[in-house]
Amino acid sequence: MKPAVFDYVRVNSLDEAIEALARYEGEAKVLAGGQSLVPLMNFRLSRPGVLVDINDLAEMAGVRDLGHALAIGSMTRHQQLVNNDFIRERLPILPRVASYIGHWAIRNRGTLGGSVAHADPAAELPALLTALQATIVMRSPRGERRLLAERFFLGYYSTRLDWDEIITEIEIPFPASSPGFYEVARRAGDFALVGALAERGTSGGFVTWFGLGGRPERMALPAWTAHEEERRQLLRELAGKLDLPSEEEYKRTIAVSVAGRAMADAEGGN
Amino acid sequence: MAVEQRIGLTLWVNGKEHLLEASPRWSLADVLRHQIGLTGTHVGCEQGVCGACTVLLDGQPTRSCLMFAIQAQGHEITTVEGVTPTEGLSPLQQSFQSHHALQCGFCTPGILLTAEALLADNPTADEEEIRAALSGNLCRCTGYQFIVDAVLAAREQRRDA
Repeated sequence: MKPAVFDYVRVNSLDEAIEALARYEGEAKVLAGGQSLVPLMNFRLSRPGVLVDINDLAEMAGVRDLGHALAIGSMTRHQQLVNNDFIRERLPILPRVASYIGHWAIRNRGTLGGSVAHADPAAELPALLTALQATIVMRSPRGERRLLAERFFLGYYSTRLDWDEIITEIEIPFPASSPGFYEVARRAGDFALVGALAERGTSGGFVTWFGLGGRPERMALPAWTAHEEERRQLLRELAGKLDLPSEEEYKRTIAVSVAGRAMADAEGGN
Repeated sequence: MAVEQRIGLTLWVNGKEHLLEASPRWSLADVLRHQIGLTGTHVGCEQGVCGACTVLLDGQPTRSCLMFAIQAQGHEITTVEGVTPTEGLSPLQQSFQSHHALQCGFCTPGILLTAEALLADNPTADEEEIRAALSGNLCRCTGYQFIVDAVLAAREQRRDA
């Protein structure tokens, strides 16, 4: 199908973009990479009256080192996350996880900010940002606002981003040790059926699941063990606490295996 | 909002400039096919999954169904016509023919462009890398083995050339 009629506004600066959103009072949507928004528009599941195209805002793409964290511009494309030498060196988990997003052609266009604003519960980046306790930086006519990822994501495709706000940057703190990652998808490039990130702490750790319920969930692991059966038992208990809709009940078992492999990966054993 | 805009735009396709008028809602794929007449770009799923509409945007594979034509201004677009010689076939196309890497041909333009971009980017791509790059292009008739064989053979040929 083809999208419904919309007005198109191409902006040259962040200020212009913010003005445009305010001018259309909630009728406008930001067009970033368009790899999630445009399919929805093609199927007329989304019919924005106006698109504010921010693809010319080159200043919103790129990476800065804040010392304790990387600040990554919201218009940075997924394939740039995969290829950027600086990110590969300082935060290797990010390119690794980003390489699982869609396919090459999708990654060439899709953006970090777009993925965060879209908030698909099975998407990799919202899960990684939740696991690493990243901060989402937004701008609106009221100024700048910052929110931790775990406060930002509310549920299925819903976030705390207001209609007149634009995500400008994501700050991702460097983890103490590199988290492990694993996901199961039916075909390469599909959204994950279930995925997990595992971080090893001083005694226990954390597991962040995605593809389960409405948003990524970061849960504390009371202990960390490399013993296969003990690990499964630990994860079975943790997965038991997940609040899942009945049609996703079958994923609880997958969640245990996936998190187990993410833990093994965190130990470098996978 | 209800009135459809028509906006004048300039697209740079296969080294040629095209001046046209388009509605902002027209996809790049549809404008290439219906306004410019380059029907080698195929429209399959219109949701970015099948890869039939893949074109190169500044040399990088991009879904032309998930991009509005109006957004492609200022970029260099390459379609399958742009990688086809006036006479005969390109070495990659020749390799597809000799390896029986197509049947109905609907997916072929997108696959050729993805493979051209891959070999340009990474002339030593191994089988695994070829399969990963092509995972975004669905083929419903040949299966993928012959397609991978064809790309591997084209890679060898380029190396020897």
